[in-house]
Amino acid sequence: MVMEAFRALTSKAIPLDRSDVDTDQIIPAQYMKRVERTGYGQFLFDSLRREPDFVLNDERYEGARILVAGRNFGCGSSREHAPWALEDYGIRVIIAPSFADIFRNNCVNVGIVTVVLDEAVVSELLSRSTQNPESEITVDLETCEIRAGDDRWTFDLDEFHRERLLKGQDQIDLTLRYEDRIAAYESRRAR
Amino acid sequence: MTDTGSRTIVEKIWDEHVVHSAPGEPDLLYVDLHLAHEVTSPQAFEALRVAGRSVRRPDLTVAVPDHNVPTHNRHLPAKDPISQKQIETLRRNAQEHGILHFDIVDERQGIVHVIGPEQGLTQPGMVIVCGDSHTSTHGAFGALAFGIGTSEVEHVLATQTLQQRRPKTMAVEVDGDLSRGVTPKDVILQIIAEAGVDGGTGHAVEYRGTTFANMSMEGRMTVCNMTIEFGARAGLVPPDDVTFEYLEGRPYAPTGSGWDEAVARWRSVVTDPDATFDSTFRLDATTIAPRVTWGTTPAQSVSVDSAVPNPDSMPDDSVAAAARRALEYMALEPDVPITEIPVDVVFIGSCTNSRIEDLRAAAAVARGRHVASGVRALVVPGSGLIKAQAEKEGLADVFIEAGFEWRDAGCSMCLAMNDDVLEPGQRCASTSNRNFQGRQGPGGRTHLVSPAMAAAAAVNGHFADVREI
Repeated sequence: MVMEAFRALTSKAIPLDRSDVDTDQIIPAQYMKRVERTGYGQFLFDSLRREPDFVLNDERYEGARILVAGRNFGCGSSREHAPWALEDYGIRVIIAPSFADIFRNNCVNVGIVTVVLDEAVVSELLSRSTQNPESEITVDLETCEIRAGDDRWTFDLDEFHRERLLKGQDQIDLTLRYEDRIAAYESRRAR
Repeated sequence: MTDTGSRTIVEKIWDEHVVHSAPGEPDLLYVDLHLAHEVTSPQAFEALRVAGRSVRRPDLTVAVPDHNVPTHNRHLPAKDPISQKQIETLRRNAQEHGILHFDIVDERQGIVHVIGPEQGLTQPGMVIVCGDSHTSTHGAFGALAFGIGTSEVEHVLATQTLQQRRPKTMAVEVDGDLSRGVTPKDVILQIIAEAGVDGGTGHAVEYRGTTFANMSMEGRMTVCNMTIEFGARAGLVPPDDVTFEYLEGRPYAPTGSGWDEAVARWRSVVTDPDATFDSTFRLDATTIAPRVTWGTTPAQSVSVDSAVPNPDSMPDDSVAAAARRALEYMALEPDVPITEIPVDVVFIGSCTNSRIEDLRAAAAVARGRHVASGVRALVVPGSGLIKAQAEKEGLADVFIEAGFEWRDAGCSMCLAMNDDVLEPGQRCASTSNRNFQGRQGPGGRTHLVSPAMAAAAAVNGHFADVREI
């Protein structure tokens, strides 16, 4: 799938101060009954949004394109519907102390940037966005930098994934460059 | 890998499957078996169609509907038209691309992670993937098996490979015999409780030690299935005679001289004696008791003979905050004995615990007893063949006479995509793998237990210590 290239983005951030947010919370299974990739944003965090004080119900965060969350974000199911729902809602960057493996892979394929920062930095960002919903964060994928106010932090991202996100490259196109190697592997195995 | 060139199972399987490797790039890993189901595959097939790409190796993909199939009145279409559309879309995609498909009316239909092994498709040394995180189940056979997203499903269909970074390795060593009433489900719940929900992130796990060596294939599958619940994508048990005995004679297992060659090859799929792991976790099996989850992650479990934990006595503030939130959702008070918690629903099934051995264990408790009044109890076998076997063994009669509903195969109430759903506020003793908020239906409250413990809860109307029955 061709995805939108990502270079840098400045936006308000939604502070989701919870750890172990699982994919069932991001999008409950009953909303996976579609054969399309689109239209899941309306169901994002569906059951949590029934709690009136849930952060996504706070109008001050409307239009935010960054989500800041606790550790082990995206644990559980392999459903790509979870990043589809986040992307459809408008989220392009998730900042957390750690992510679940499958979810993080899926994000790259959807064009969402996952940024890992120290727990202390994440909690600083959480409290800034909680206290001042208008405060903005800049995520720069070219320099691997997060900027907020006068502060800046660098982050690591798999270099191959960073390139893909920067160029919006299709993963299958990249692999098909090695089509001859796949064929050679298959003929070697068949013997 | 160590300096001596000694390798773990995971490293051996990985090296064997690398199609292309270059500095700075993920390895391109060949996939031996891709399993597809109706919920995470339609978008992948559609994207192939839009891009004008074909399925590279239709002979290496097997499809089966399981996630949202009805588990009763199978002769009728699924009540929900979109579920029906997903089932029909899988059928059409399989037909169009020449993919083996076990249709809903086929006796071989069942949960994808149950039928792969049952059909002998799952074999040691393979790389196996599926758009489902519980693909780790197949690791019980010494295969490197892990869940992938739909974009990766599309990638596998188009190229039969995946771009993957080599995982770190983790040894989970458990030794000793299990006490009476303690099952593989309790072992894995104990491991998850101690390792934490993200203790295995970034790793592939090898289960080592006498406890796993002495376990049946069904038990090993239960353990490997829940590997993802502590964050590791894959978990393997070294293949041995137990593995080979299970596989011999299964429909898609090698035959004749091919079988002998395969077994000789499979025997080499073991970790070299002096290979090292990036991390090691140890547990004494003799200390494990039957377990019950009290919270909303699979790591939040305790022994059945203890009480609901008190967040006030938890040393870590964020852990205590998460526990308070979990107890509020679960409508539980701290310090209440687990055996005093009543249940409304009992679900015996899922890719974790729906195999014949699980049904035998549950039936042994249900035999001669009756489901408590006001409790609804379902038994959903993992496949049509398991259902037939259980009927032949008389287990179905035991369940039906005890007041359990006896259903057709599917994922059912594990994730409540079909019409087997908890009502808001209902409390369920479930043999499945996830007690996340709303997992079995919006507002539903899930307690994870073994099949015998689930049956004990059904006949008592509350959790009960299966060792005392």
